Amino acid sequence: MSATTAPPATEQIPVRGAKEAKGLEPRTGSWFVRIAVLVIVVIWMIPTAGVLITSFRPEALVDTTGWWTALAHPFETSQWTFENYRLALDTGGFASAFLNSLAVAIPATVIPITIAAFAAYAFSWMEFRGRYLMFIAVVGLLVVPLQMALIPILRLYSQGAIVGGYYVFPDLDLNGTFLGVWLAHTAFGLPLAIYLLRNYIGSLPSSIIESARIDGADHFTIFWRLIIPLSVPALAAFAIFQFLWVWNDLLVAYVFLGGSRETRVLTLALQGLVGREGENWHLLTAAAFISMALPLLVFFSLQKYFVRGLTAGAVKG
Amino acid sequence: MTTGSELQPSGEGTVEQPPVSGAPAIGVFLLRVIGAVAIPIVAFFLLWVTFDFLRDEDANRLLVVGVAIFVGVAGVFFLYWAMNRAIEMLPERYREGVRPYVFVGPALVILSVFMVYPVINTILISFKDSGGEAFVGLDNFKFVFTDQYMLRAIRNTAGWIILVPLAAVSIGLAFATLADRLGRGESIAKSLIFLPMAISFAGASATWTLIYAFRPEEFGSNIGLLNGIMLGLGQNPVAWLQEKPWNNLLLMVIMVWMQTGFAMVVLSAAIKSIPDEILEAARIDGASELQVFRRIIVPTILPTIVVVTTYMVINALKVFDIVFVIGSPEANGTVVIAERMIDWFFISNHDGRAAAIAVVLFVAIVPVMIWNIRRFREEEAIR
Repeated sequence: MSATTAPPATEQIPVRGAKEAKGLEPRTGSWFVRIAVLVIVVIWMIPTAGVLITSFRPEALVDTTGWWTALAHPFETSQWTFENYRLALDTGGFASAFLNSLAVAIPATVIPITIAAFAAYAFSWMEFRGRYLMFIAVVGLLVVPLQMALIPILRLYSQGAIVGGYYVFPDLDLNGTFLGVWLAHTAFGLPLAIYLLRNYIGSLPSSIIESARIDGADHFTIFWRLIIPLSVPALAAFAIFQFLWVWNDLLVAYVFLGGSRETRVLTLALQGLVGREGENWHLLTAAAFISMALPLLVFFSLQKYFVRGLTAGAVKG
Repeated sequence: MTTGSELQPSGEGTVEQPPVSGAPAIGVFLLRVIGAVAIPIVAFFLLWVTFDFLRDEDANRLLVVGVAIFVGVAGVFFLYWAMNRAIEMLPERYREGVRPYVFVGPALVILSVFMVYPVINTILISFKDSGGEAFVGLDNFKFVFTDQYMLRAIRNTAGWIILVPLAAVSIGLAFATLADRLGRGESIAKSLIFLPMAISFAGASATWTLIYAFRPEEFGSNIGLLNGIMLGLGQNPVAWLQEKPWNNLLLMVIMVWMQTGFAMVVLSAAIKSIPDEILEAARIDGASELQVFRRIIVPTILPTIVVVTTYMVINALKVFDIVFVIGSPEANGTVVIAERMIDWFFISNHDGRAAAIAVVLFVAIVPVMIWNIRRFREEEAIR
């Protein structure tokens, strides 16, 4: 799957220029095309616009009139407020949920990438027994749905695994800990990370690695000094994909971290608000936007890597 | 596949006895091996102490989060560094033999413990009772294919995996083709369609509840966009999310909204890679734009369409968040397979049934898994 979704051609959104360069510019901008594109774009923007506008309106107005009525007189300052954000962050507990999301997402991005980079290097440039079979297994794991892993992992966390009276996996009481979530996310992200990074690292010219070997560098040094710096584009693309995946994840956090006010991440806090039959629209919209803020920032500032990471990471259990 | 011993790189070095060449050499050798074993153990121990601190619920939240991020990020580097130091301690002739296993070891251990073992274990549990202890034969699978909510979930999921990819890929393809002729503004238009891909299913669901919002009479005014339109047209407001079975379609719209951008970006790249000469030749020969689209563009990018569709089907098969966040799936008849699994696992506490539902998902995906492996082997054969 991802083998075919990761061609270099799919790397960027702004694909202008290719045709203009050849001076071929085919039938641009008939009115039909322009209007059709505009209509689709407007439809696609409406939901986000609704949330953004509602989140800045005072509770009394949110509750009585639709958000679109604010567009009739946008410069009337009395109808705009930051109060919803203050409430959501503070009494709504979204400030601590934001911190929890960070505490989950940053290590759950760095750990799998580091582990995968080492493994990808070994799969590409080191000789050892079982190399091919192990990698086939990684490819097979690419699409395993994570639902298959939830029950056993939760049991490992809460009771360990005992075979013949001995602990094969100790009872570490990892449920509800950051470490437990990191490990789960690491495992779910690893197959794809290893697969993509091996494709990239394996395609680096062998001459540079051989000449470094001749100069007496060992594999650890080559990996650290040579491969990592050369692989930055691939690492960045996967890092963004994994970070957003973890940041936006609800299921893994729900299962392994739980929904208590202390430990819950943004998506769970948001789910708690929607569950209340939507009577807190001013809070809900502000909270929704808080949860989107970081992904949108990443999207707008790192769009090239973002798209590359997403298209490459198309398939994930 | 592997055992935990691979985490400790010295595993191989200690098995084979070195040739004896005098007492001091043996002493140095032993010291080196002990060092090689000790360093990772100490590293693990140090990390464990810090993790214990993270469990402390009274500690300052900001501090805990800061320490967590630092430990998580630094810890993984620290482990590899420690293992590499351990290798350096080994007698020289073993170093390069052990090193590959230090590089792949952690990945293999994690994948074995958190993926391979769970898959086997889940299949076993699916034949067991609610506590996952006594075998009950095929009872759980009988339940899966007879329970009324499960049957509804299977029907609904079938709807998801057909309609969502169909809509998302069609709109994505249409938009990619249109935007291709736009000239200026193409990249901005594409970005705006792609933007929902950045937000979470939970965020998207919250966003769309604002569109579907409904309040019965005397419970305040209707502020949802759809009901605003209904009122504007002089109609009565509708409780959209309770309208069986159409509410399923409304939930699917959320996923289409999120994933169309992805289809569009990938398909757009494929369209751009069609050589201009071919398109121009067809146009010169008098082909209409619609013919160019149907006879040239679509057939050429068909492989990409297949891949994107497969990806969407897998995603739709596992849809959970949208249904879960919008809420009351049983009452509203919006249940889906992945949501049933969590429901039986967490809320009804029946591990056997939950595992059986997961196995159904897994079996549905196995063909894709085999297809993947086959493709990979073909590619490797060419390499």
